[in-house]
Amino acid sequence: MKNTLLKSLVLLMAPALLFAQEEAQGQLHGNFQLDGQYYVRDTRIDPLGEFYPDERFLGQGFANFIYTQGNFTAGMRYENYQNVMLGFPDGYKGEGITYRYARFKQNDLDITVGNFYEQFGSGMVFRSYEERGLGYDNAMDGIRIISRPVKGVQFKGVLGRQRFYFDKGPGILRGADVDVDMNAYMSALDNKGVQWSLGASYMSKYQRANDPFLILPENVATAGVRSQWSKGPFNLLTEFAYKANDPSADNGYIYKDGHGAIATLTYSKKGFGLLMSAKRIDNMSFRSDRNATTTDLLINFLSPTTQVHTYALPALYQYATQINGEEGFQIEASKKFKRKTKLGGKYGTTLSLNYSVVQSINKDFVDPANDTLRTIQGYYHNPSALGSIPYFHDFNVKLEKKLNKSYKFKLSYLNLFYNRSVLEDGLGDEAILANPDNQKLLNAHVFVYESLYKVKPKHYLRNEFQHLSTKDDRGSMVMALAEYSIAPSWFFAVQDIYNYGNPDASLRFHYPLASVVYTVGTNRLQVNYGRQQQGIFCVGGVCRVVPPSNGVSFSLTSTF
Amino acid sequence: MKKFLLTASLMVVGFVAMGQNQVPSVELKTLEQKSINIQDAIKNDGNPVVISFWATWCKPCKRELNAINEVYVDWQDETGVKLIAVSIDDSRMSSRVKPSVDTEGWEYEVLLDANGDLKRAMNVGAIPHTFLIDGKGNIVWQHTSYTPGDEEHLFELIEKVANGEAVGEH
Repeated sequence: MKNTLLKSLVLLMAPALLFAQEEAQGQLHGNFQLDGQYYVRDTRIDPLGEFYPDERFLGQGFANFIYTQGNFTAGMRYENYQNVMLGFPDGYKGEGITYRYARFKQNDLDITVGNFYEQFGSGMVFRSYEERGLGYDNAMDGIRIISRPVKGVQFKGVLGRQRFYFDKGPGILRGADVDVDMNAYMSALDNKGVQWSLGASYMSKYQRANDPFLILPENVATAGVRSQWSKGPFNLLTEFAYKANDPSADNGYIYKDGHGAIATLTYSKKGFGLLMSAKRIDNMSFRSDRNATTTDLLINFLSPTTQVHTYALPALYQYATQINGEEGFQIEASKKFKRKTKLGGKYGTTLSLNYSVVQSINKDFVDPANDTLRTIQGYYHNPSALGSIPYFHDFNVKLEKKLNKSYKFKLSYLNLFYNRSVLEDGLGDEAILANPDNQKLLNAHVFVYESLYKVKPKHYLRNEFQHLSTKDDRGSMVMALAEYSIAPSWFFAVQDIYNYGNPDASLRFHYPLASVVYTVGTNRLQVNYGRQQQGIFCVGGVCRVVPPSNGVSFSLTSTF
Repeated sequence: MKKFLLTASLMVVGFVAMGQNQVPSVELKTLEQKSINIQDAIKNDGNPVVISFWATWCKPCKRELNAINEVYVDWQDETGVKLIAVSIDDSRMSSRVKPSVDTEGWEYEVLLDANGDLKRAMNVGAIPHTFLIDGKGNIVWQHTSYTPGDEEHLFELIEKVANGEAVGEH
C-alpha cells in the first residue's frame, strides 16, 4: 500500500518537474482528518446490543494532498476505514487512494484527468460532489474539459464513471454543459441594468443490460435548460429538466419519462430579504447503476426547497427530496429593524419567517381495465391536479435581538409536519394510497431560546434551551446546552436531551454529551463523551440514519 | 524503479515548498453571477485581505461574520483590510445567499463557490475557515472554526500584517 501511495505521489508530480525550472516554486499542501470512537455497551438505549460493534473501537481517516505550480495542479486523497464508523455506509472498507487527478490550465482551456467534482446548473441533470461528514462521495473518474471559446460562453464536457466506495459504478457518463452570459451579446441589457444568463446541459449514461424479463434501455439521456435573470433587487432563477425513460429500482422498473422544474425568485435590499421558490419533480431518479439504492451512484441532485435546521431537536425531522416525485413551495422573509427605531431598540432586531410545504404529485395507479400502457408507465399523471399525500411542512418564526453590550438572544418557534412513512420508511405513494390510514405522521411544536453572553473579552457563554412537543414518534423532548469558549483555543460544551414524553415510559432516557475542543491555527482536536440518539443526520439535503451509540469519540483535523 | 523513485522524490523536495502560501487561481461567481478569479478579488492596494469561508446554514460562520461586521468599518479605517466572504452554499442554497447578506447588512465582498472548487483548492474542510493574506498576496495565517472573541485575535494579526510585521504563528 505504502508503495502505491508513494508511486502515485511521484507520478502525479513528475509532469510538474518539467515546468519547475522556469516557473515559480511549486507548493504542496493539504488537509487531514481522523475520527474515531470507542463504543461503550449501553443496555438502555440498545438492549440487544444490535448496534454495538464487535470491534469496540472504530476509526477512519483521510488526507488530501494538492500540488500546485503555475497552471498545473495535481492532487490525491488517501482514505482509511478500520472499520467504518457506525452510521456511515459500510461499503467503505479498508484503505486506498480513492481520488487522484491532474489538471492543467492554459489560456481558455482547462483540462482535468482523473477524479473531479462538477455540476451542471443546480444539479438536476448532473452533480458529482462529496459530503465527507456523511460518507457521501460520487466523484467522477474520467476527463473534464472546461473552455471559454468565445466571450461570455463557457463550455464544459465530462466523460467517465462514478466512484462507488472503493470501486466504480457500472455506468459510463457522457455529458456537456454550456453557459451563455447574454449581456455579452445584448448591450441593451446592460443599459437596463439587467443581468441575464442562459444555460443548457445534457447527460447520457450507458449501462449494459441483460435482464431475462425486461428489455431495458442501455443508453439514457437527461437534458436541462436554465435561466438566471437579475435586475436591481430582483433575481429569478428557473430550471427545467427532462429524463428519458429509465426503469430502475427507485421507480419500480417503469418505462416512464421524468420531469423536473424549479423556479426561485428573490428580492432583497439592505435590511430585507425575500425568497419564493416552487418546485415539481416527477420520476427524476438518475443513477449510474439502475439497481442502486440509498445514496449510491446518484448522477443528479434534486435540491430540497425547505430550510435546513441546525438546532438539534428540529433537525431530528429534516426533509429530504423524494426523487420519485414531489411538489413543493417555499417562502422565506427576513427583516432587520434598524437600531434606534421602535422595533429595533438600541441595537436593532432581526425577524425571520419561513413557510415550506412539500407533498406528493398526482399519480393515478388504479388499473381497472388492465391497461398495458399504464402497467408499463407505472401510473398516469394529471399535471393540473395536486397530489394528495402530505410529505412535510415547516412554519417558523425567528427573532434575534441584542439587549446590551454583552447579551444577545434568538427566539424561535417552529411548527413541523413530517410524514415518517415517506421520509423514514421510504414507503411509495402507491402503498400509502392503498392504505392511507396506516401512515405514520408527526406533528410537532418546537421552541428554541438561544443566548450569547460575553463574560469578558474572548470569554463567551452560549446557551440553548429547546423544547419539542409532540404526541407522535418518540414523543416530547427537552434539551439544554451550555458552551463556554475562550478564544482562540478552547471550547467546552455540555448538553442533555431528555426524552421525557416517550409514549413508552421505559424509554424515557437522557442523552447527555460533553465536548472539549482545542484549536491552534488549523489544527483542531475535538473529544466527545456521551450518548447519541438514534436518528437521521442530514447535510445539504443528503441524509443517513445514525444508530444509537454511547462512548468516547474524537476528531482531529489539520490543514497544512 | 526504486532509484527512480528516490531521485524523483528528491527532485520534488528540491522544488516544492510545504504549505500553501499563495492563493490559487480559481474562478468564482459574484452575487450578480459574474465570473471573477479569486486572485483578482484579493487585490487590495497592498493592504491585508481576509478570506472567510461560510455558508447560509453554518451558524458559527454567521456569528463570526456578524461579529466582524459590527467592527468592520473601524478595521477598514485602521488597516485598509478587505474581507471576502466566500459562500460554499451549494446550488440548493446559493439563491439564499444574497437575501441573507442583504438582511444582515454585511459590507463584505461576497463570492459564490457553489461547486466547492476554491474550498478544495485551499484545503477547506469544516467551516468557518478563515485566511489572512498580506499585501503581496501571501497566505500568512489561517484558522478553522469560530468561537466568540476570535475576531479580536484576528484583528491583532491584521494590524501586524498592515504594519509589515510577521504574524509569528500559523
